[in-house]
Amino acid sequence: MTTVTDQRLTATRISRQSHVVADSITMLRRNLLHIVRYPGLSMFTILGPVVILLLVVFVFGGTLGAGLPGVDPAGGRGAYLAYVMPGILLITIAGTASGAAITVAMDMTEGITARFRTMAISRAAVLAGHVIGNTIQAIIAVALVLGVGLLVGFRPTARPVEWLASAGLIVLIAFAVSWIGVAMGMQSKTVETASNLPLILTLLPMLGSGFVPTESMPAGLQWFAQYQPFTPFIESIRGLLLGTPLGWNPMLGIGWCVVIAVAGYAWSMAIYERKSVR
Amino acid sequence: MNTPAIEVHGLRKSYGDKIVLDGVNLTVAAGTVTALLGPNGAGKTTTVHILSTLLRPDGGTAFVNGCDVVRDPGGVRLGIGLTGQFSAVDKLLTGEENLLLMARLRHLGAKRSKTRVAELLEQFDLVEAARKPLATYSGGMQRRLDLAMTLVATPSVIFLDEPTTGLDPRSRHTMWDIVRDLVAEGTTVLLTTQHLEEADELADRIAVLDGGRIVADGTPDELKRLLPGGHIRLRFADTAALDAASRLLDESARDSTGLALTVSSDGGVGTLRTVLDRLDAAGLEVEDLSIHTPDLDDVFFALTGKKDQSDGVDTKGTES
Ligand SMILES: Nc1ncnc2c1ncn2[C@@H]1O[C@H](COP(=O)(O)OP(=O)(O)O)[C@@H](O)[C@H]1O
Ligand SMILES: [Mg+2]
Repeated sequence: MTTVTDQRLTATRISRQSHVVADSITMLRRNLLHIVRYPGLSMFTILGPVVILLLVVFVFGGTLGAGLPGVDPAGGRGAYLAYVMPGILLITIAGTASGAAITVAMDMTEGITARFRTMAISRAAVLAGHVIGNTIQAIIAVALVLGVGLLVGFRPTARPVEWLASAGLIVLIAFAVSWIGVAMGMQSKTVETASNLPLILTLLPMLGSGFVPTESMPAGLQWFAQYQPFTPFIESIRGLLLGTPLGWNPMLGIGWCVVIAVAGYAWSMAIYERKSVR
Repeated sequence: MNTPAIEVHGLRKSYGDKIVLDGVNLTVAAGTVTALLGPNGAGKTTTVHILSTLLRPDGGTAFVNGCDVVRDPGGVRLGIGLTGQFSAVDKLLTGEENLLLMARLRHLGAKRSKTRVAELLEQFDLVEAARKPLATYSGGMQRRLDLAMTLVATPSVIFLDEPTTGLDPRSRHTMWDIVRDLVAEGTTVLLTTQHLEEADELADRIAVLDGGRIVADGTPDELKRLLPGGHIRLRFADTAALDAASRLLDESARDSTGLALTVSSDGGVGTLRTVLDRLDAAGLEVEDLSIHTPDLDDVFFALTGKKDQSDGVDTKGTES
């Protein structure tokens, strides 16, 4: 009796492991289909950063740019566009976390999620479907926002290798931030909370080196700005695209990505099982 | 070996101070239909959710296909299908996409997925609506799709939580036919319902859930036998005949305004013959005679201590 049970359990376990990848792909397809059918939410995550970009460049850019160290006041606007673009790209990524959180929070209240939980699908697959779907969305959003940046005069100096490195880093950051977005969506009891919670993420680029150099901030804020994850993200992208000094920033940035992804993974896995059905 | 498909012992579940399940015992033999019958809020959904691994019980044991729902939820999930009280479809996809999603998650392979989905669309009369968004589906269609999604991988045990609640009579009968077909194929079904008629129609066994416990469990006939027999009602032409008959049949209850007598009976022909023979011998004419056997309504209300709700049961169905 015991051996029979043990054998079946082992068989179950093996078959379950081998299906995680297939199930993740299935769930990813489902999420991508949602995005294609109902692109409203995705459009919104692109529109926000574009508006901020146009606003800070054309309204505040002249003055802000003139205040940057070593910039000729006459070329302020162009200089500021170059300075702010990496920050805008990071805001774009942070903004898609909101989208992920809303999608997940809505999905968790749907009966279909309860159905998934009565089926032999690993929770990792359900979550991975959301995370990878959102990562893809974030990459597309970043590309579009960058496109608008190029249209209004952003001129990166990067060579192909640096473009490639930037792309790789952006994928990594988008992946890590998506895990946090998914976890926040899981955590939220309502869709409203889910849309508000990730706003903290959107603020981080502004509280880092995204919009003004951290040296210009008051001491306490400056300390926070220097040690929070978005500053190395922004400095790495800036260095890669515009040739500013990179220092340890890429290493720090990658390290932060790993930490954030693991934390978001553990957080959402823990909640997924606990979450009540209704 | 004949392990029951479902075996539940002393199942307990509370929400805060509120005790929902207070030691539920239930056994469902493989290949049979059991109806879990109970009024709104009795804990039917809670029971089904525990059995389908959505909720953890506070105490007691529950096995489905021999797998413990707490210690081996993965094993349970491989053999079950749940069509819940609340729709479990992906509203952003079409009916066909929903079914294909299930087929992929059940790892049927591309070719079998396609044939199985086509088969189910046909069987559940959803071919025309297959490529339409779910927003255009009627309640009955959504329910059918819901059930079709549960059946993609032909699970051996199926939980149906109030499968016909909110459906019009026609869709209800369609659903009943579907359940009968499933059972004919050897599937074990545990269905919950507030409708006595439904339990009577479909179930091999009925378990009545009330106050967190199973207050009765048996075949529909066994349950009906729980109530002492029915009665015979005799109506007479005038008061004189009523008086005479009343004196003759001393164990009868008299209804003067209706000019009627009620004689209790065991439901057999014997009592009826005796009564008629005695009336005949006394030369009394009976205007009208009716025989009442207890139905499940009587049993249900006797067991759950609620009266005169037989009309209310249908309309209450849409609440959770
Ligand atoms: N998550 C929950 N929190 C608190 N009470 C609950 C919860 N779920 C169910 N209940 C309560 O448990 C009781 C049984 O509910 P349920 O199993 O849905 O009954 P039924 O399906 O028989 O109508 C109800 O009184 C309901 O209010
Ligand atoms: Mg219920």
